[in-house]
Amino acid sequence: MDRKTRILIGKPGLDGHDRGAKYIARALRDAGMEVIYTGIRQTPEAIANAAIQEDVDFVGLSLLSGAHNHLFPEVARLLKEKGGSDIILFGGGVIPEEDIPGLNKAGFKTIFAPGTSAAEVVNFIEQEIQTR
Amino acid sequence: MLSSKADDFARKVRSCDTRGLARVLSMVENGHPLAHSILHSLYNPERSCLTIGITGPPGGGKSTLTDRLITYWRGNGNKVGVIAVDPSSPFSGGALLGDRIRMQDHASDPEVFIRSMGSRGHLGGVSGTTRDAIEVLAAASYDPVIVETIGVGQTEVEIASLADITLLVLVPGQGDEVQTMKAGIMEIGDIIVLNKADRPGIEQLEMSVSASFELIPDQAERPPVIRCSAQTGEGLDKLTDAIVSCAFSGTGRKATARKRTTLILGSIIREKGRELARKLVSDRYGSVEEAIESILEGKTTPYEIGEVLSGFLENKQENRE
Repeated sequence: MDRKTRILIGKPGLDGHDRGAKYIARALRDAGMEVIYTGIRQTPEAIANAAIQEDVDFVGLSLLSGAHNHLFPEVARLLKEKGGSDIILFGGGVIPEEDIPGLNKAGFKTIFAPGTSAAEVVNFIEQEIQTR
Repeated sequence: MLSSKADDFARKVRSCDTRGLARVLSMVENGHPLAHSILHSLYNPERSCLTIGITGPPGGGKSTLTDRLITYWRGNGNKVGVIAVDPSSPFSGGALLGDRIRMQDHASDPEVFIRSMGSRGHLGGVSGTTRDAIEVLAAASYDPVIVETIGVGQTEVEIASLADITLLVLVPGQGDEVQTMKAGIMEIGDIIVLNKADRPGIEQLEMSVSASFELIPDQAERPPVIRCSAQTGEGLDKLTDAIVSCAFSGTGRKATARKRTTLILGSIIREKGRELARKLVSDRYGSVEEAIESILEGKTTPYEIGEVLSGFLENKQENRE
């Protein structure tokens, strides 16, 4: 059996800055994972639907607009509602440190701050997949 | 015990439980031990689901066209399944699956199921398990199921054997007339779509494509050649008309069921044959790698190993007689 780690990288809301998301997507691809990139300006509903249909192990969200406190928990809620509570969530972008505990509480395993190296993200995924 | 679990999954597929369906598709893709039992209980050679293959060179607009076709069939009230294949890296095994980006209009529609697949080392323009994924979506009563291949070159023609109807999507400016005279990809389109028809070079493309079919004596057997722009939607109605008339002019349910079954059994025989041969080599030499070592040490040759395998097949037959 050849099981590949599948990850959805999504950009919710009205934010077109996708360089970070694409950078992470490439790095994960080069680490041997299957990365589904949904493109910019997605609704939380569309991201949650895609994650379920694609049967991913992880959903990574990137946001630089400041709406993360609203959009990230919404994705988490919809995933749970659609039976995807075992999908591991992580996030990144421009997220103030004081917002991180709230997002953790909403179901995000980790939030990567600006300046995080691609290797750190790959390590996170590899460690989490071991414990699944 | 095993089969009751498989039946459970099969039931989830049939009742179109999205999460269950997605899980089963992963099991099929990963070669999960239960996958064949699930497929066994789902298989129906005479299923009525229409399968449409969309192939052509990279950047030809296959995803945008798929998006348009989803809209068309949703408008008719159909549930639409999509399998979008993108290439896996031959080095890392990873893949960036980005076909969904062009299908965002349908991202929140629960009656549209889109699944991205990496080619995972398979070379025919689809993945090795695309064939089985089609059966799963058909069993979940998605109709049509649209399969978008990776961007292909000249010989990735496997889609033609998987789909009831294959659309070959060409765009202007990708080589001279000789390209349309070559064997392979040009021979598999049931419908030839000349996309990006608003671009310069469309006249020459249409002329050379039409010329390449002039040698087919029976005009009715020449594939329709249709200009359109998936981006603007122009010419799309002509394309959907052609697909519908092609779908109903087919060789009939029984013949399609036979063709499909022949294909699936053929590829299972190939896969299992490969596994069996590997196992025989491993039994004798420890592993395929050790067999390679023996060859490099001059103890045997690949051809002698081939002889050993042929000998095994013959012996088996003798034993039975």
